[in-house]
Amino acid sequence: MKYEAITTSTLVEPPLDIDARKRLKQQLRQAERWNRSKAFLLVVPLLLFVGITFVMPIIEMLHRSVYDPLVADSLPRTVAALKQWDRQQLPEEAIYAVLAEELVSLQEQHELSKVAGRLNSEYSGMRSLLSKSARRLSRKDTITRLIDTGSVRTAMIDIDQRWSDIAPWAAIKNLSSRYTLSYYLAALDMRYDENGEISAQPEQRQIYKTLLLKTFAISALITALCLILGYPLAHLLATLPESRSNLLMIMVLLPFWTSLLVRTTSWIVLLQTEGVINDVLIHLGLISERLRMIHNMFGTVIAMTHILLPFMVLPLYSVMKNISPSYMRAARSLGAKPGYAFIHIYLPQTLPGIGAGAILTFILSIGFYITPALVGGRSGQMISNFIAYHMQTSLNWGLAAALGGILLAMVLLLYSVYNRLVGINNLKVG
Amino acid sequence: MSTLDNSYVRFQNVRKTYDGEILVVKDFNLDIAQGEFVTMLGPSGSGKTTCLMMLAGFESATQGEIYIDGTPVNNLAPHKRDIGMVFQNYALFPHLTIAENLSFPLKVRKLSKSDIEQKVKRALDMIELPQVAGRRPGQLSGGQQQRVALARALVFEPKLVLMDEPLGALDKQLREQMQYEIKHLHERLGITVLYVTHDQTEALTMSDRIAVFNQGVVQQLASPTELYEQPANSFVAQFIGENNKLSGKVEKIGNDRCVVSVEGCNVQALPVNVYQSGEATTLSIRPERIQINPENDFDNRFDARVLELIYHGDHMRTRVELMNHDQFIVKVPNGSRPLEIRKGDLVQVGWLSRDCRALDASSGQA
Ligand SMILES: Nc1ncnc2c1ncn2[C@@H]1O[C@H](COP(=O)(O)OP(=O)(O)OP(=O)(O)O)[C@@H](O)[C@H]1O
Ligand SMILES: [Mg+2]
Repeated sequence: MKYEAITTSTLVEPPLDIDARKRLKQQLRQAERWNRSKAFLLVVPLLLFVGITFVMPIIEMLHRSVYDPLVADSLPRTVAALKQWDRQQLPEEAIYAVLAEELVSLQEQHELSKVAGRLNSEYSGMRSLLSKSARRLSRKDTITRLIDTGSVRTAMIDIDQRWSDIAPWAAIKNLSSRYTLSYYLAALDMRYDENGEISAQPEQRQIYKTLLLKTFAISALITALCLILGYPLAHLLATLPESRSNLLMIMVLLPFWTSLLVRTTSWIVLLQTEGVINDVLIHLGLISERLRMIHNMFGTVIAMTHILLPFMVLPLYSVMKNISPSYMRAARSLGAKPGYAFIHIYLPQTLPGIGAGAILTFILSIGFYITPALVGGRSGQMISNFIAYHMQTSLNWGLAAALGGILLAMVLLLYSVYNRLVGINNLKVG
Repeated sequence: MSTLDNSYVRFQNVRKTYDGEILVVKDFNLDIAQGEFVTMLGPSGSGKTTCLMMLAGFESATQGEIYIDGTPVNNLAPHKRDIGMVFQNYALFPHLTIAENLSFPLKVRKLSKSDIEQKVKRALDMIELPQVAGRRPGQLSGGQQQRVALARALVFEPKLVLMDEPLGALDKQLREQMQYEIKHLHERLGITVLYVTHDQTEALTMSDRIAVFNQGVVQQLASPTELYEQPANSFVAQFIGENNKLSGKVEKIGNDRCVVSVEGCNVQALPVNVYQSGEATTLSIRPERIQINPENDFDNRFDARVLELIYHGDHMRTRVELMNHDQFIVKVPNGSRPLEIRKGDLVQVGWLSRDCRALDASSGQA
């Protein structure tokens, strides 16, 4: 009641009715329209740039991961003929004949190896089988004679026993449609089997699932290490007087100013078997045998933690900088021990920074390429190294695209989980 | 120590330096009795917050001892001191609701759930904000946050409460309202309060005693009346209330009377900080103790010229030129027979010698 005098004197206007509010909103919209279009014009160049260099490649990649026209284009008649085939027994003579003709003509145009390679990834041995058959069919007899006598099937089985099996035919049929999930299946260690059903890859060909899991585990480990190392550092930076924190900040940012390659290479110098750290440890008598610290997972984790640390420290710093020391003081004066005050007052207020730093570090590390490639050895390879392998060496772009697509899906999933839990608006990066 | 018997908080020869070069607090002594309301008043940077922080345990005294209830606390951690504290920016925990903020000190003390609930409710009722329990600090107005901060500092029933410019961020009307309420709470709960402000009206209206700070030194520690009526030096005279000062030299000095020459005029004054003739001095006269066309028993009367008249409702602020000094202020009360004066008039002004204090000359800088 004591405050009545204040409230009545400050509250004067009655609330607006609905119509008036609508009109007001409209006026506001009109007033803002120009501002908004101006803002839009300002970012048009950027939008174009992002569209051309970022969105389109991603769309192209996603398309590639499901688009596979090679077999359908190279063996169009065989594919058509196999449409009716029920996978139960060997195809009829006519289908053998069609395939034989198409193989021979591909061989003549020097186009066979591409298809053979693609089919080989579905059914190993297919490459040699096809090239051998094509070679023999075009040399030994004219193919027309075989077709006339209706003995293509026997001839092909003569050339190679495997033609008496349905597996090569199933492989062709499995790859016959232009749009296929087979890359994604391959990326998840699965495939279409002879019956055209999805099943797991044979044990010895399973690599990607473990690789994905390993990539996630390494990334999680790196994120955790960055958090453990970065949190106290960010706290120190945020609480030191400006003059000294600036110097420290420069040291945190220093890695950004040197090339990634140089930094990674210097880790090799430090960690290799004949390297500085091993020398020192041996010299001090702490170890008798030189440790293998590089070209394995250990090397990857160490080097990447170092490289990604600033991405954890900066968001944490920017959040901590805005937490007034008086909160901790207030908590202490209210009777909380330092630890209790930290956990209940300080830590919760830094959560947006932890979230931002962790999500940034994690996303960067699951896609990291150079460092694992240089210092990872065999055990330190991550998913992106295999993507690069399929892009550059095996030229299986479809599989590379599917692996990339899975990575992208994971990142988006992570993002949405984070959004659910914390809210993306609470993300504080700078 | 026997002298601690009636003092609840005691600063004894406390000195503080942050950088090892400048003493921010110099030889600070203060005794606060149980239940007393003591204010530290002083200009910005004079060391008030530092003293408060030393008492709360967030800064350590470089030298000297601080006692609470007879025990030295120099090495006692802040959370063990049981001091309620209201910060200048409130420091309400932004990620907790108001109810959670208030229950924080109770949870720390491991009270039972029902006790906590009851106390929080009582605290919210006390500040007349029972409806905000579920809100976050960011959803409250400045004044409401201030009241919650006050409630949080009191909810665990500390015997000693420190407040560092708690009303600094509020507008004038709300500030006066809150001053009144803090004072009321202090009387009702019987707590000891050490209050910091640089608003002299706030200090005068709320405190039992005021310590006036300047540059790390207590200039005067006294009740509001004494501080206003009998400032011990020219800094205090200048800092508390309005004040006219005239610089001069002591001509003659007696027990309760001295003669000071200012620009060739002899002024009768009360010697406070002057001890011998020939000494330089600053005379301090409150504007409301000066009369225009003075009554007969006024032993100081001089010619002056009116320079400016400002209407203040209850009084007329009149600036006159006197003894070559053009910032001399006279407050003319707006009584039932108002004075007829105009700008440029030549008038006589006068005051009683006991209202004119001859203080030190040195610290006339303020
Ligand atoms: N943490 C610190 N480190 C170094 N110097 C400090 C620190 N805190 C305060 N000081 C210095 O100590 C002096 C007194 O500061 P203090 O905060 O006690 O002043 P104050 O009387 O509370 O002023 P205000 O009215 O502006 O709050 C100032 O000169 C200030 O610059
Ligand atoms: Mg202060």
